[in-house]
Amino acid sequence: MLEQEVTIRNESGFHARPAAIFVQTANKFKSAVYLAKDSKKVNGKSVLSLMSLAIPQNTKVKILVDGEDEKQALEELVDLFINNFMEDSGS
Amino acid sequence: MYKGIAASSGIAIAKAFLLQNKEVTIEQNQIEAKEIEKEREKFRQALVDTSEQLRQIKEKTEQEMGHDKGAIFAAHLMFLQDPMLVDEVENKIAIEKIKAVAAVKQVISGLEELFFNMEDNYMRERVADIKDVGRRLVNNLMGIEDNLLADIKEKVVIIALDLTPSDTAQMNKEYILGFATEIGGRTSHSAIMARTLEIPAVVGLGPTEIKSGDLVVIDGNEGIVIANPNEETLEFYQQKLENSKRENIELQKLVNLPSMTKDGHVVKLEANIGTPKDIKGLLAVGAEGVGLYRSEFLYMDRPELPSEEEQFQAYKIAAEQLEGKPVTIRTLDIGGDKKLPYLDLPEEMNPFLGFRAIRISLEKKEVFRQQLRAILRASAYGKIRIMYPMISNIEEIREANAILQEVRAELEEKNIAYDKGIKVGIMVEIPSAALIADIIAKEVDFFSIGTNDLCQYTLAVDRMNSKIAYLYQPFHPAVLRLIKMIIEAAHQEGKSAAMCGEMAGEPLASIVLLGLGLDEFSMSASSILIIRKLIRSISFVRSKEIADRVIQLATAEEIELFLKKIMEEMEEEQC
Repeated sequence: MLEQEVTIRNESGFHARPAAIFVQTANKFKSAVYLAKDSKKVNGKSVLSLMSLAIPQNTKVKILVDGEDEKQALEELVDLFINNFMEDSGS
Repeated sequence: MYKGIAASSGIAIAKAFLLQNKEVTIEQNQIEAKEIEKEREKFRQALVDTSEQLRQIKEKTEQEMGHDKGAIFAAHLMFLQDPMLVDEVENKIAIEKIKAVAAVKQVISGLEELFFNMEDNYMRERVADIKDVGRRLVNNLMGIEDNLLADIKEKVVIIALDLTPSDTAQMNKEYILGFATEIGGRTSHSAIMARTLEIPAVVGLGPTEIKSGDLVVIDGNEGIVIANPNEETLEFYQQKLENSKRENIELQKLVNLPSMTKDGHVVKLEANIGTPKDIKGLLAVGAEGVGLYRSEFLYMDRPELPSEEEQFQAYKIAAEQLEGKPVTIRTLDIGGDKKLPYLDLPEEMNPFLGFRAIRISLEKKEVFRQQLRAILRASAYGKIRIMYPMISNIEEIREANAILQEVRAELEEKNIAYDKGIKVGIMVEIPSAALIADIIAKEVDFFSIGTNDLCQYTLAVDRMNSKIAYLYQPFHPAVLRLIKMIIEAAHQEGKSAAMCGEMAGEPLASIVLLGLGLDEFSMSASSILIIRKLIRSISFVRSKEIADRVIQLATAEEIELFLKKIMEEMEEEQC
């Protein structure tokens, strides 16, 4: 099990588009993926679960990955946050 | 017969299709243990069917309305693969021994509740998406044909209470010959879309008793809807339909001719567009540019702001396809009746007098800057002009221009190409701007008169309020006098005067506007050839005489009567 803390920087928070990109990326891997905010931990392969966390901009969340390809998965998922899910905000 | 407001011209005769969403009731929910697998199988099949339908809708929407409009259906597709929906339903079927359709309804309503109770406005609005997906699933499970507009495969006219932007986005012109709505006015969203799609429409009908399958005539010229017409009436309208087809053929001959009066005065007839997909239509009628590119459509019907890249692409396509003809991009014009959920705009008592258009841009500077960057970058690919909406004073222009200057400097520093001679103008739609047009003209490159708002603000008439619709008079002498002032002020400084409001495409008004010296007329593509025909059949000298006379008349009614008489005379001269 690997985990890493990240911050969502997108202007409108972790909304449908970033959530969808996150799930698409998570689904490429066999590992189980979770996203945790405060004490809540949800399935990282479910857009609805991710959206239900209602994560606003500049919130810290934790990505947890567990499985055979966890290292690669965590790297790619963290990259999404670093690149603001390919949006232009924050510039 | 029902009388409404003529929203989009033309005549449509077809069977009525009533747009309404049915509630599905289920009689027997419980199943035997041995039926569990069968119900699960049904559910999986419904997922497959629903995905297929959504993929088709998404593809069609992307092709016809642009990539961004399809995004909402991509989100719907992801819901169909979501464990929170799929696993939950499968478990429920087994544990509670209930039918798939009952399980779907329960899980969907649980999700609706979860999102409905969230604090975030945006998330609460996702309830509509969840409902939509749930409705499709239930319909597929029950074998009910979904009466969504995109699924219509026979020629019909739509009768509805009102149509949302996503309803109109899904319309296929091949099958949907026209529509009529019970509410709305000439400038409501559905009416504008009808003119963009060039299908006949009547709005603001009030309650009707039209049933699905009734034969219906929609007369978008007169604002009349007739259900089950008698033979005589039907024949009358069929004849009219034939005539208009013939007229169309005549008008087609004017596509490549200049918009020039008999005595050689040339004006420009341009089109108003909402998305790049409208360009094909305007080129087909020989439009001489885009007088109004409503950039707000790029921002609407989506969960978040469009990226700079997305905007750049949309503007670039327009610039390229117009091949050097001007493309006038109006910066974000929202507020009033146009809301963006993700910008979290406050509810207002008087939205039309509130936080909208340039006022929003000057506060949300990052959003504005991003749009200006996209516009400037696209200006390297054709002839783009920038237009600020809702200007009420000089300070707003100076502030907007200062931001524009910053963005220009930034691009220059990064060595990014843009048109350094780009023209910057304003919409004149607030009386205060019209009254100081002579001062403003020194600081801008052009004016474009927005008559819808100019009328509304000058006459203090809410254009959405059907009770006072009779007071909304574009021919009110006060409005015409303001227009005259604006045009003269522009010419005084050697600048051009355009109009992108509804009035520019009205035959009666166009003669007066021509006579007042208007340089550019921007309208729905469907009006261009009609106006060109008119301009080519009159002399500039005569139109000036008409305008001089009209400006002295006392009431809108007198003016309209006078112009109608002139039109009749002109028609007789041609015979």
